[in-house]
Amino acid sequence: MSDLLQVRDLHVTFKTPDRTVHAVNGVSFDLKRGETLGILGESGSGKSVTLRSILRLHPEHRTRWSGSIRMEGDEVLDMGSRALGDLRGRRVAMIFQEPATAFDPVFTVGHQIAETIRRHTGKSESDAWKRAKELLELVRIPSPAQRLKAYPFEMSGGMRQRAMIALALSCNPSLLLADEPTTALDATVQIQVLLLIRELQREFDLGVIFVTHDIGVAVEVSDRIGVMYAGKIVELAPVEKMVDAPQHPYSRGLLASTVHDGMRGQRLEAIPGAPPDLAEVPTGCSFAPRCKFVRPDCTTAPPNLRATGDSHLVRCVLAETAVAA
Amino acid sequence: MLLYALRRLIYLVPVAFGVSLLVFGLVHLAPGDPISAIVPPDAPKEVIDKLKEYYGFDKPLPVQYLRWLGVTLTGDFGTSIGTGRPVASEVASAFGNTIILAIAATTLAFTLAVILGTAAAYAKSRIVDRLVTLISLVGVSVPHFWLAIVLVIIFAVELGALPPMGMGPENSTGWRFDRAHLAHMVLPTIALSVIPLGVVTRTVRSTIKETLSMEFVTALQAKGMNDSQILRHVLKNAAPTCLAVMGLQAGNLIGGSILIETVFAWPGTGFLLNSAIFRRDLPILQGTTLVLAGFFMLLNLTVDVIQTMVDPRIKRG
Repeated sequence: MSDLLQVRDLHVTFKTPDRTVHAVNGVSFDLKRGETLGILGESGSGKSVTLRSILRLHPEHRTRWSGSIRMEGDEVLDMGSRALGDLRGRRVAMIFQEPATAFDPVFTVGHQIAETIRRHTGKSESDAWKRAKELLELVRIPSPAQRLKAYPFEMSGGMRQRAMIALALSCNPSLLLADEPTTALDATVQIQVLLLIRELQREFDLGVIFVTHDIGVAVEVSDRIGVMYAGKIVELAPVEKMVDAPQHPYSRGLLASTVHDGMRGQRLEAIPGAPPDLAEVPTGCSFAPRCKFVRPDCTTAPPNLRATGDSHLVRCVLAETAVAA
Repeated sequence: MLLYALRRLIYLVPVAFGVSLLVFGLVHLAPGDPISAIVPPDAPKEVIDKLKEYYGFDKPLPVQYLRWLGVTLTGDFGTSIGTGRPVASEVASAFGNTIILAIAATTLAFTLAVILGTAAAYAKSRIVDRLVTLISLVGVSVPHFWLAIVLVIIFAVELGALPPMGMGPENSTGWRFDRAHLAHMVLPTIALSVIPLGVVTRTVRSTIKETLSMEFVTALQAKGMNDSQILRHVLKNAAPTCLAVMGLQAGNLIGGSILIETVFAWPGTGFLLNSAIFRRDLPILQGTTLVLAGFFMLLNLTVDVIQTMVDPRIKRG
């Protein structure tokens, strides 16, 4: 199986007159067709910025990209506006955290799905609406014909997110980007939407990148999980390995900070401190100030990503010793 | 939608009643006696009493109000004390003249405002944004009667390019769509458009800027929509707020600008009101104010209905 998406040494910086923010500092990963990569991290870790860079959704005049993002071999960072327009929504589609704000409030849901179809396929208005109705059926929205004529505010949160998924799948993309798509939903609806995404992913053999700060969600949907911290992937591993034997101190802290059954009476573990300010690139490991295992050499040079096992990558000088421990 | 418009129209009835009460009350609260304004100071008392009786000013106020309301509802606004002509025809012709000017000024101001405001909101360079902000600031702060006088000095007195006052050539009987009449409109239109231009530009700029920062714009980009397709979405979202401000501004212009119409001797409602105030011409004052208030109500209703058509989330009342 060939790679669907190849991201190599991606750097993203935002420039404003007063400050420069280094949001993503050298992210590399691959994604195959039909595979789901979960990107896990707290707010400000650069996970959403990485995701949105794949469609180059950041304001062009304030954003500097470097590195490489290859979608089915085509370099996204070199695309002109026309090629980019054909990529967006057609080959790579995206679903958002807040379906309430990701839909335009003053157009019907049907109009917004149909306009996407017409943009990419050149179908007639009525054919596009027919396809939109099929899509709503696909995501199991009841009475789809009526729902097409509804405005976003007339739908429930779960139904809006289903409609958003229908919109994303409208032009048969090969890659689906999901930016915390379940965070804004109720717990029960969350599970339904997750199951729907997983089912559709298998049915259409989609590559999926699923960004979340919810470890439970990441474990549920992903084949592999990448943990991001301060604009870097600090650990990348198949989901079982990540759950059973996380190696980076940050990943271990994250996984230890979840609350699950059988923890009654135990003290909750939290990672002390706060993520670093991304205005400056640190000289050493960016997690060092919060790390329990910090050593003198942690602060002198940034650690490299090293392989500690079959497709398990860790960015920590302690990686091997961590395996032994 | 039609039902909504009808319901809103019915709501206007009590409002109109309140307005009529207010119009009548305010005019009578003002100091000064209409009769003493038209008779010589040494007129005998019985002449004054006769005139008062003729115009009905000898009756108690509530009776005067009901009589006025009664005839007004039949479309008869009474007779002007100053000219002796029917108020209805005086108001109608002045109102027509003001409308012509108001339409020209709003068209100019709103078109420019939408273009400038949108450009400023989209502008990536700060210079464009600052320039437009400056223009709108000047628009709202420059005294428009002063600008009117400056325009007259430059274009009419110094250059002699445009007529300084009046609505048309001297032998003209009414407004017509021709070169001479249009030339007379140029300066008053410009002077009248500066305030709405400033206000609306500012609103358009901030509303579009706010809309552009919303998540759905990113979502539209993520679907592959191009800039003009996205602009359509943005404009429709910004429309209700901008329309509300435009409605208010248009209403102000319909009211006629007393200052501008006086500077250019434009025979509109502002001009009429001004002379009626000095002559204590109560029927004219009442008639004009009532017609203007009625028009303002209809204008607001229209704006509300359009807003509901644009944004389905707005359903008031």
